[in-house]
Amino acid sequence: MIKIYGVGRGRGKEGENKPAAPKRQPGEIRIQKELDELELPPHTSIAVPDKNNLMAFHITIAPDEGFWKGATYKFVFNVPGAYPHEPPKVKCETKIYHPNIDLQGNVCLNILREDWKPVLSINTIVYGLLYLFLEPNPGDPLNHEAADALRTDRVNFARLVGRSLKGGVVAGESFPKLT
Amino acid sequence: MVGDGDVVMSDGADRHKHLCKVLYRKSPFADEDCFQPGEETRKYLQEECKVLVIGAGGLGCEILKDLALSGFRDIHVIDMDTIDITNLNRQFLFRSRDVGRPKADVAADFINRRCGHMGVNVTPHNCKIQDYAEDFYSQFNVIIAGLDNITARRWINSLLHTMVEFDEDENPDGSTIKPLLDGGTEGLKGQSRVIIPYMTSCFDCSLDSFPPQVNYPMCTIAETPRLPEHCIEYVLVVEWDKHFPNRKLNTDSPQDMKWIFDQAKERADTFGIRGVTYSLTMGVVKRIIPAVASTNALIAASLVNEALKISTYCGPVLNTYMMYMGNEGVYIHTFEYEKKDDCLVCSGTIRNLSMPAATSLQGLIDSLCADPSLKLQRPSITSDKAVVFMSSPLLRKDHEYKLPMTLRQLVDEGVLGENEVLIVTDPIIPSKLKIRIALT
Repeated sequence: MIKIYGVGRGRGKEGENKPAAPKRQPGEIRIQKELDELELPPHTSIAVPDKNNLMAFHITIAPDEGFWKGATYKFVFNVPGAYPHEPPKVKCETKIYHPNIDLQGNVCLNILREDWKPVLSINTIVYGLLYLFLEPNPGDPLNHEAADALRTDRVNFARLVGRSLKGGVVAGESFPKLT
Repeated sequence: MVGDGDVVMSDGADRHKHLCKVLYRKSPFADEDCFQPGEETRKYLQEECKVLVIGAGGLGCEILKDLALSGFRDIHVIDMDTIDITNLNRQFLFRSRDVGRPKADVAADFINRRCGHMGVNVTPHNCKIQDYAEDFYSQFNVIIAGLDNITARRWINSLLHTMVEFDEDENPDGSTIKPLLDGGTEGLKGQSRVIIPYMTSCFDCSLDSFPPQVNYPMCTIAETPRLPEHCIEYVLVVEWDKHFPNRKLNTDSPQDMKWIFDQAKERADTFGIRGVTYSLTMGVVKRIIPAVASTNALIAASLVNEALKISTYCGPVLNTYMMYMGNEGVYIHTFEYEKKDDCLVCSGTIRNLSMPAATSLQGLIDSLCADPSLKLQRPSITSDKAVVFMSSPLLRKDHEYKLPMTLRQLVDEGVLGENEVLIVTDPIIPSKLKIRIALT
């Protein structure tokens, strides 16, 4: 039996000078802990634009192999208050020619949506994003044109990515110069 | 002590003859150390006990009715919502003429009209729970939640934990503990649970056990939609932001919802998908879950019974979780949901420290690391207003400039408040540590 003697019997008076409700919610404490213990893989970095708000930050990834080698991509993370019940919102701010990232920066990564679980973490997401650069998946396309190109001819796809990285036009879209 | 059958009738006792049989007689099940059978306990219930109901919806209406009829008198109800026509089938305190009015007001009016002669007084609060602070919540003895979302449950759970005060031996002071009775239903399933801050597991302890909300894969909703839900979800996640980049969707606005519906319908037609309706759009966007009136009644009854026992000590309290599953036959399971060792809300200790105001931040960190009972390695500290220090090599540089500053300077600069509870994390502690520093 739970021993509850005394529990609930005391109470404060309304209007008593108590501190305002704390702004920090469990999700924020979890992010404090996660960012404090973050171990980023090589070629990635983190920046917190508002140093006092850990719920919004950027992760920068510079792949050292694969089609996008040599370029640097910035992902904007916005962590909702309900974290980790809800996943962070992640967008790619650098325009990219990629089968799984559309031109608006939406990212198709299972753990960001349908397969998110509270046991996953910011670290897991970073590894997931890194994986998208190493193994783009034309089977789950978000940019159809890029997925078709990759599926039909890898060599030609590599050439198209190369052109996009130099600031060229691919499939009618111009890309920023990154290499 | 009153003998069998000859219950002494005072005004309150007369109206609650049956309740008094429970409150006036000894019970082999009640905790002997707590329960005092007799008039005093009834008086406590009716003249002192103050209960807060969070939510005046499907569960809330039932809870308010049950409380009023069970002898509780000083009842408050808080709800931010207004009455919608679709509520009327089960939220029985509301009538069609009430559509558009605040739920808390109408519910309070109804109970006061119906039960006012019994001394019941319901006080409404038409606002979000987050609009109130500790001083509001500390006036209650018991809090019952009939909420429909996890965010609000986590908020109240977390707040009730921060309100608990500890003595020098780090034992919680019972008089600052507010029991939280939390209920929830989904169709023919329901659950009720008792959370006694720091004594039982808390809401965050069980966060991992909730099914994640349904999220469709981005590529499916964008490229290969097959269900009407996929079309609605696509408009919600992609098209809304594209058309209204800086405006948040207002799910209570018929114009906004109509826009979502029209776009989703158009998209569904393009892909030859049938079944996008306005009500499905509402369901998907607002993540509406089915409500069955009788399940609400069942769960509310359980919550109010627990409120009665926890207030009067007249019987053993639910320990700690009751699940009702009526969707696959009938199955009720009661079990103790155990505390999670590394729960970020209810585990971890609080330390009261006293330090000279001239101590530097580096000095504070050094002393935390030197404390043999803490053995911290590289603490990171945050206050309500700011990040005080991050020890991670990746983020340290943002905050290094504060290391030589004194605690007084940090207070003056608004980085932390005097006597504020600071949150400390460290790789060596699974949860967190709270510290409160008195400057000398």
